[in-house]
Amino acid sequence: MTADVLKYHFTVVGGDFTSAGKASVNVKKLLRQLGIAPDIIRRVAIAMYEGEINMVIHANGGTADLEIYPDSIVIILADSGPGIPDIDQAMQEGFSTAPDNIRSLGFGAGMGLPNMKRYTDEMKIDTEVGVGTTVTMTIRL
Amino acid sequence: MLVKEIIDKLELEVLNLADGEREVSGGYTGDLLSWVMGRAESHMMWVTIMTNVNILAVASLRDLPAVLIAEDAEIAPEIVAKAAEQEINLLRSPKSAYALCVGLGQLLA
Repeated sequence: MTADVLKYHFTVVGGDFTSAGKASVNVKKLLRQLGIAPDIIRRVAIAMYEGEINMVIHANGGTADLEIYPDSIVIILADSGPGIPDIDQAMQEGFSTAPDNIRSLGFGAGMGLPNMKRYTDEMKIDTEVGVGTTVTMTIRL
Repeated sequence: MLVKEIIDKLELEVLNLADGEREVSGGYTGDLLSWVMGRAESHMMWVTIMTNVNILAVASLRDLPAVLIAEDAEIAPEIVAKAAEQEINLLRSPKSAYALCVGLGQLLA
C-alpha cells in the first residue's frame, strides 16, 4: 500500500504574506503533472491555500503535508499556534479574529475554514488552546 | 468575449498580458480574498482595488482569466513582475469597480 502513496511536505513560514500561498501554488503544479482532474486540483489548491493563510495569520506558520492515495488526496496542516477555543464559531462564515493589519491585506473575511470545508469531502479539526491545531482534509478522487 | 477584446473595448491599461485569448463570460468583484477564492469562477474577470501580492495567488489558484485593478490603485512593480512570472493577465483602469462591472456587463450582455 505504501508504494501507492505519494507524500509531499511543505513548511509554511509565519507572518510572511509575500510567500504565503507558495505551497498551494506548488501543489497545483504538482497535481497537474500527475494528471489529476482540474476540478480536484482546484479544490485541493483552495483548501490548502486557506489553511496556509490561516497558519500564517494565526499560528506563526506550521507544516503542510500532502498525501496522494489511489482513491483520495489528504492534506494535513499542523501548527503550534494558539488553538481554536470555539470551533463552531470559527466555522461560521464571516467570523474572523484576524487583526486589522491583516484585514487591510484582504484577509480576515471569515471564509477560510468554511471554504476549506466546502471544497473538501471530509475535514477534521484537532485543536487545543495553547498547544496548536491540526486540520486534516480529504478529497476523494 | 476574449480578454484582449475587453481590454480594447473598456480601454484598459495592460500591466501584464500573458494570454489575451482567455475567454471571459462573467465578472466578480470584491476585495476580501477568501470570499473571492470561494465564489469566483474560472470564467470571471475579477475587479478589485486590492493590489498586494496575494491577489496573484487567488487568480492563479482559481484560474481567473484576468485581474482588473479599479481606480488606478497603485501596484508595486515587483507584483507586476510576479504576474508575468505566473502568467496572470493583470489590467488596470481609472474607473471605479462599479463602472467597470457595468461596462463589462454591457459587453457580455
